[in-house]
Amino acid sequence: MVPTNYYLILSAILFGLGIVAFVFKRNIITLFMAIELMLNAVNLAFVAFSQSLGKPDGEVFVLFVIVVAAAEAAVGLGIIILTARNRHSLNVERVDLLKL
Amino acid sequence: MPILEHLWIIPLLPLLGSAINGLLGAKWPNKFITGIALGSTGLSFACALEAVREFLFVYYPANHQAFVKPFFDWIVAGNFRAGFDLQLDQLTVVMVLVVTGVGFLIHIYATGYMAHEGGYYRFFSYLNLFMFFMLILVLAANFVLLFVGWEGVGLCSYLLIGFYFLRKSAADAGKKAFIVNRIGDFGFMLGMFLLFRAFGSLDFQTVFAKAATWQPDAMGQFGTLTIACLLLFMGATGKSAQLPLYVWLPDAMEGPTPVSALIHAATMVTAGVYMVARSHVLFMHSPTAMYVVAIVGCATAIFAATIGLVQPDIKKVLAYSTVSQLGYMFLACGVGAFGAGIFHLMTHSFFKALLFLSAGSVIHAMGGQQDMWHMGGLASKIKVTFWCMLFGTIAIVGFAPFAGFFSKDAILFAAYQSENGGKALYGVGLLAAIFTSFYMFRLIWLTFFGEKRYDEHQVHVHESPGSMTVPLMILALLSLVGGWLAAPALWGGPNYFADFLAPVFGNAEAAGGEATNSLELTLSIVAVIAATVGLIVAWRMYSGKAARGTSTGLHKILYNKYYVDELYQAVIVGPLVWLSQNVFWKVVDVGMIDGSVNGIAHGTEALGDTVRHTQSGNVRSYAVWVIIGALVILAIIFWPLWRPTFFVATSRGVR
Repeated sequence: MVPTNYYLILSAILFGLGIVAFVFKRNIITLFMAIELMLNAVNLAFVAFSQSLGKPDGEVFVLFVIVVAAAEAAVGLGIIILTARNRHSLNVERVDLLKL
Repeated sequence: MPILEHLWIIPLLPLLGSAINGLLGAKWPNKFITGIALGSTGLSFACALEAVREFLFVYYPANHQAFVKPFFDWIVAGNFRAGFDLQLDQLTVVMVLVVTGVGFLIHIYATGYMAHEGGYYRFFSYLNLFMFFMLILVLAANFVLLFVGWEGVGLCSYLLIGFYFLRKSAADAGKKAFIVNRIGDFGFMLGMFLLFRAFGSLDFQTVFAKAATWQPDAMGQFGTLTIACLLLFMGATGKSAQLPLYVWLPDAMEGPTPVSALIHAATMVTAGVYMVARSHVLFMHSPTAMYVVAIVGCATAIFAATIGLVQPDIKKVLAYSTVSQLGYMFLACGVGAFGAGIFHLMTHSFFKALLFLSAGSVIHAMGGQQDMWHMGGLASKIKVTFWCMLFGTIAIVGFAPFAGFFSKDAILFAAYQSENGGKALYGVGLLAAIFTSFYMFRLIWLTFFGEKRYDEHQVHVHESPGSMTVPLMILALLSLVGGWLAAPALWGGPNYFADFLAPVFGNAEAAGGEATNSLELTLSIVAVIAATVGLIVAWRMYSGKAARGTSTGLHKILYNKYYVDELYQAVIVGPLVWLSQNVFWKVVDVGMIDGSVNGIAHGTEALGDTVRHTQSGNVRSYAVWVIIGALVILAIIFWPLWRPTFFVATSRGVR
C-alpha cells in the first residue's frame, strides 16, 4: 500500500507545475493544458484522500470535476478558436481588451 | 348640543376657505374668492356664536366646568399624550368671539381695501389660514396644540407682512418678525419641556390641577414653576411684542393695513396675553415671574408710548401704540388682574382694529400716502372715516363712556392696589396714558385738521366704499359700548365682565370690594384728567400751523426709536453675521464640511487611480494575484501550526 502522503506530494508537484506553466507560458493552448494539469492534480488528491479515509465522497467529487472540466474544455476551445481567427495569434498578452 | 360637540368645525371652516382659495382661486374672479373667504369666516363666526350659546346656557349651568373634548390622538409616546383636544370655557369664549367677530369684520373691510391689489386670492387664503391657526390657538386644550396655533399664526404673520414680497423692506420685515419670534418660541418650548418634566403632561387641566397643589415659590425664589413661567413669558414677549423683543411689530406695518389690524393689533399679538392668562395658575404660584411680567409690561407701555410721540408714519404711531397697550395688558396680568388684562385685550381689539382700519381708509383716500406730514384737513372730506377714527381715539385714550376708559381704568386700579411697588407701576402707567392721549390726538390733528399739506391736483381724496366704512362703523359702535359690561362697578355695582371670567380665574382676581369704590372712582377721574392733559398738549402743539420740527436732543432719540434697532444690529446681528460669514461659512462649511466631503472624493479617486494598474487585462497577471491570495489564505490558516511546532505538526500530519 502506497502511503497517502506520497500521492499528496505528487499532487502538489503536479499542481505547482501547472501554476508555473500557467504563469510563464504565453500560448493559450499551453495555458489550457496547465489548467487541466492543475485540475487533475486536485483530482489525484481527492482520490488519495478517498482511499485513505475509506469514503466514496472524494471519488464522486472527481467525477464532478471531470464533467466540469469537459464542459470547460468545450467552451474554452471554442473561445480559443474564435480568438485565433480574430487575432491571428494565440499569444495571451495580445488578448487584453479588458485593460483599462 | 350640535356645535359644541363638534367644536372642530369652528377652526376647520377658515381652513377650508383657505385651501379652496389658495389652491383654486388663482384663476377665479374676485367675487368668488370674496364669497369663499367671507362665507367661511362668517359661518365660523356663526358656529362660534352657537357654540358659545350652547356652552353658556346648556353645558355650563349643568356641569360648572370647562368643556373639553378630545377629537383624536396626535402624539402618543409612552405616558405622554398630546391630542387634538379642544376646550371651551369663559376665557376661550371671549377669545373665540373676538377672533371670529373682529376677524369677520376685517375680512369684509379687506374685500374693499384689497379690491384693486394683485394676489387677491393669495391674500384671502393667508388671512383665512391665519383665522384657522388663531382659533386652534385659543381653543387648544393643551400646550402642544396651543403651540401649533402659536407657530401657525407666526407663519401667517410672516406671509402677510411679506405680502408685497417684491418690496425688499416688506420681505425683510417678514423675516425679522419670524426670526424675532423664534427667539421667544425657544423660551416657550423650554418652558413646555420643563412643565412636562414637572407634571408629566401638557394638558391644561392636568398641569393646572397639579400645579395648584404645589407650594407657591417665595418672592425671589427660582423654583421650577418660576423658571417655567419666566420661559413661557419669554415666548409671550416675542409673540406679543414686549421688551426686549418688540422690534418686529413696528416693521410689521409693511403688510397691508387689514393685516396690521387683524394680526398685529387685534388678535395674534394678544396671544401672549391669552397664554399668560390661561396659565394664571402657574403664574400665581411664582410671584417673581408675576413681578417680572408686571415690570416688563409697564416698561413696554411707557417705552413704546414715548416712541409713538414723534413718529411721522400714521401706521407706525398705531404700531407703537399697540406695543404700549399690550404692555398694559401684561401689567394687568402681572399684578394678578387677569380679568382686567383680558378685558383690555377685548376692548383693545375693538378700538385698535378700528384705528388701523380707519388709518387704512385714510391711506386709501390719500392714494397710499402714510406720512402724516403730508395729510391735514381731511376731516371734512372723509367724514365717516374721521368720525370712526375719532371714536377709536377717544376709546383708546380712555374718556368715559368709551371702552378704553373702563378697561384701562381697571388695569391702573389693579396696579395701584398691588403689592411690591404698585404705586410706581401705577404712576408709570398713568404717564403712559398721558402719552397715549398725546400721540393719538397728535395723529387726529395732523391727519384731519389744520391746513392741507398735500398736492390736491395729485391726490384725489375720496371716501372709501361701503364694504370698508360699514365694518368701521360697527367697530366704532363696539368701541363705544364694549366696556359697558364693567361699567356698574364704578358706582358699586357688579363688574359683569370680571364676574363672567370668575369661573376661569377663580380667586386669582383681586376683589375690589365696597370700601375701594371711592378709590376706584378717584383713580378714574385722575385717568381722565391725565388723558385731558395729553389732549390739551397735543392741541396746543398741533392745532395751529403745524410744521415738522427740527430733530434735536430727546426728540431725535425718540424719532430714531432709542436706536434699539441699531443697538441690536451692532450687538447681536452684526457679530452673528460676522461669525457666520468668517467662521461658520468660511471655516466650518467650506473648510470642514465641504472639505471632508471633497476630501473623501479626492482620496477615492487617487486610490482608484493607483490601484487600477493592477487591472492589466493580462490573464496571467490575474492568475498571479489569485495565487498570491491563495498563499496568503493558506498562510493565515496554517499560521498556528507553523511557528515552533512546525515540524511536530507536519510529522503528525504524516502519521
